[in-house]
Amino acid sequence: MRFQPVIGLEVHVQLKTDSKIFCGCSTRFGAEPNLNTCPVCLALPGALPVLNQKVVEFAIMAGLATNCSISPTNIFARKNYFYPDLPKGYQISQFDLPICLAGHLDIAVGDQTKRIGITRIHMEEDAGKLVHGQDGGSGVDLNRAGTPLLEVVSEPDMRTADEAVAYLKKLYQIVTYLGICDGNMEEGSFRCDANVSVMPVGSDTFGTRAEIKNVNSFKFVKAAIDYEIARQIELIEDGGKVVQETRLFDPNKGVTRSMRGKEEAHDYRYFPDPDLVPVVISDDWIKRVKRELPELPEVKFNRFLTEYSLPEYDADVLTSSRTLADYFEQCAQTCTNAKAAANWVMGELTRSLNDNGISLEQCPVSPAQLAGLIRLIDGGTISGTIAKKVFEEIWKNGGDAAAIVEQQGLAQVSDTGAIEAAIDQIMAANMGQVEEYRGGKDKVFGFFVGQVMKAMKGKANPAVVNDLLKQKLAG
Amino acid sequence: MELYEQTIHDLQAQLQARQVSSVEITNSFLNRIESTDQSINAFITVTKEQALLDAAAADQRIAAGDCAPLTGIPVALKDIFLTEGVRTTCASKMLDNFIAPYDATAWARIKSQGAVLLGKLNQDEFAMGSSCENSAFGPTRNPWNREHIPGGSSGGSAAAIAAQQAVATLGTDTGGSIRQPASHCGCVGLKPTYGRVSRYGVIAYASSLDQVGPITRDVTDAALLLEAIAGHDPKDSTSVDCPVPNYTAALKQGVKGLKIGLPKEYFIDGLDADVQQAMDQAIATYRRLGAEFVEVSLPHTNYAVATYYLIATAEASSNLARYEGVRFGHRAKDTAGLIDLMMQSRSEGFGAEVKRRIMLGTYALSSGYYDAYYIKAQKVRTLIQQDFIEAFKSVDLLLTPVAPTPAFRIGEKTADPLQMYLSDIFTIPVNLAGICGISVPAGASSTGLPIGLQLLGRPFGEETILRAAFDFEQATDWHTKKAAL
Ligand SMILES: [Zn+2]
Repeated sequence: MRFQPVIGLEVHVQLKTDSKIFCGCSTRFGAEPNLNTCPVCLALPGALPVLNQKVVEFAIMAGLATNCSISPTNIFARKNYFYPDLPKGYQISQFDLPICLAGHLDIAVGDQTKRIGITRIHMEEDAGKLVHGQDGGSGVDLNRAGTPLLEVVSEPDMRTADEAVAYLKKLYQIVTYLGICDGNMEEGSFRCDANVSVMPVGSDTFGTRAEIKNVNSFKFVKAAIDYEIARQIELIEDGGKVVQETRLFDPNKGVTRSMRGKEEAHDYRYFPDPDLVPVVISDDWIKRVKRELPELPEVKFNRFLTEYSLPEYDADVLTSSRTLADYFEQCAQTCTNAKAAANWVMGELTRSLNDNGISLEQCPVSPAQLAGLIRLIDGGTISGTIAKKVFEEIWKNGGDAAAIVEQQGLAQVSDTGAIEAAIDQIMAANMGQVEEYRGGKDKVFGFFVGQVMKAMKGKANPAVVNDLLKQKLAG
Repeated sequence: MELYEQTIHDLQAQLQARQVSSVEITNSFLNRIESTDQSINAFITVTKEQALLDAAAADQRIAAGDCAPLTGIPVALKDIFLTEGVRTTCASKMLDNFIAPYDATAWARIKSQGAVLLGKLNQDEFAMGSSCENSAFGPTRNPWNREHIPGGSSGGSAAAIAAQQAVATLGTDTGGSIRQPASHCGCVGLKPTYGRVSRYGVIAYASSLDQVGPITRDVTDAALLLEAIAGHDPKDSTSVDCPVPNYTAALKQGVKGLKIGLPKEYFIDGLDADVQQAMDQAIATYRRLGAEFVEVSLPHTNYAVATYYLIATAEASSNLARYEGVRFGHRAKDTAGLIDLMMQSRSEGFGAEVKRRIMLGTYALSSGYYDAYYIKAQKVRTLIQQDFIEAFKSVDLLLTPVAPTPAFRIGEKTADPLQMYLSDIFTIPVNLAGICGISVPAGASSTGLPIGLQLLGRPFGEETILRAAFDFEQATDWHTKKAAL
């Protein structure tokens, strides 16, 4: 029997607000344990939550960017369960009336697009974390308690791990474009639970699903889903049955394993939180957020095609993240040669970032510096080869491209006299190749160009070299 | 007359005229507490040293010409209010060792005027009870007759006023917990409209019903205190952002021309004869003062008690989840792992009534029962609210008894929780509807126990019930009677 996997994702997006969702405490990552806490997020007796309006605004942005409708009335509910990292004994979340409903994202599958439904997006608070000590004791750190999250729940519309990853990347791209999430997956700012089941091909009844909790890298999501699909198929083929359960992915071993505990068969006893009043979202509010929405990846992609006449490949790469797109645009607008800017950003710049293991935010070369370099190439002052040297110099020591070229005497030579002299010398020393060329072997031309450039220490203007060589070799 | 026998407005006048110091007043009350509290048990904690320091500071403030209405006035608080640096127990073993790290807003507002804290008052554990018998610190006794309960849950707050141990106290009212003990102890107890006073820093029992209010000797003091504590608090989303009227100025307007409704569902056959008689006399007094009476109907009154016990316990089961022995409060010793730690701590820390209500609420919210109990209760709550809205279309306020009987005997109803729950039958609908109500001394039983009358007003209609209460007080002398101790 052949099997068809069914995959749905629940993504937790940590919002980039300065303060927590129900109090004024900082959301900064990495502070001393329990430093960013107050009576509210510590759940001291008598403390009451007050909603951070910014969270609602960010949720509206996420909803609009994922084609959802926005609920005019929002109720916060309590999800009750006991766990030491959950100080109130309940998590404030949304249940009946989530802020965003019924949206979708389009992903590329091969050369087609596929629409993945978004069931809902709701606002909620994060829990704290337990710190397990060497002595067997455990501590509770509530710095993270009350950090605002959006939970984005998809329809079970994905059929392969690759589709799931494509959806996840698309969602990641959107929330980082919107500037509502810092996208730091290692710190858990963007993490997902995957619901995976398999059913016989042709069936219309979904199989029993397992939920894989808290996977926080695209690579692990793919590995976890692929493993889980294979596990479930093997289990069924061996005559076993998939049980509904929560599983954890072990990135070291590449396997998922059962996690029995608090999530199993739980009655959360949801009810509206009486400490919070309903949040009413007016049409005007939605309109205002819509107006202030930044340009989204798809729109930017199309604009790059038309405004900068870039090939689709370039536009796709350059709009993959907002920082990359912004970098490119600043550079392109300053140097007025978009294609050259695209080539440099996708080529030399990206390569240097990768080699040094740093992100674009930490890049030592600014868009203006790169634009200065491109202008020198376009003006014929330096060749592409020299430009790479200048780029390296800016990367290491900073500075302006024109100044570096002048100081180090890197400007290319267009003086025909000097180039002619070099050509004459090289032709004289290589008469054999001259004969070959004249005998119709065009390939030898490249040899002469290389020799001349070498003699000129790379500074000769390639166009002039080409012209003169052609004349002279023709005899 | 001793200093401890006086009202806020009496003492305030003397303080301002420099006829007396706050230290003298505070000492008068501290001595009174010392000599009487062994037989009343109104206080869980007496903050003697801090009180005298604060009184001295208040005297300096007055000497400097900076005298707010409550500067130098000694008050005591139900032990449900967080008071920075002072033990706050909520009458539970669970919080026996809990020193509050911050102030409740209501207390912070009084404190900023220079009021002096005498101590923290006994109550039913986590405000769950109608008799002040459910306290981990033992029951409070009614100063009028120590064999009787003072009412609950703010029993300590009312008993302290009746025993003249404090000039004014704050309590909380979830289903009658200010008005009923005030009635049983012969004090004035005011439950403001839901949202009128911040709940921040008040240990939550049932969040959608709890409201903070004063218990005082007379209506003027109630108005004075309400003025001090009312108003929007950015730390409480449910506190309403609308201006606070001048309540003391409103008192003098009288009842002439007001239309008072008598809800027929509140004047039932089983009503205690003494209570009935007190109500009849009160109605006669109001008629004489120029008020007009009409009979009104609140048809869903019968469902109020059941509705209340579903909503209040549901909220309580969730509100009390934070007491699990991990971060503060009582922690069980020698436990085997996490689940055991939480279970043992809660088993040991909570008393029987609290456990009963947590279980009731957990049940009402559990899947499969949620629609039948919690959702249905919310629907009935809406009907009860509408009853009042309808009634207030034709009347300015309502007059009812506070409780079906005067204070019952200690132990009389402890074995029968349902009987106990019915003693709040006339106060509970007010909390479900979120409106305001006041309890005013209006009579005495044949055995000498106080009887109060209840005046109910529209949402944010505190001025109306206060002026009606004041007019009644001026025309009668029930508020001047004192328990012999
Ligand atoms: Zn906080």
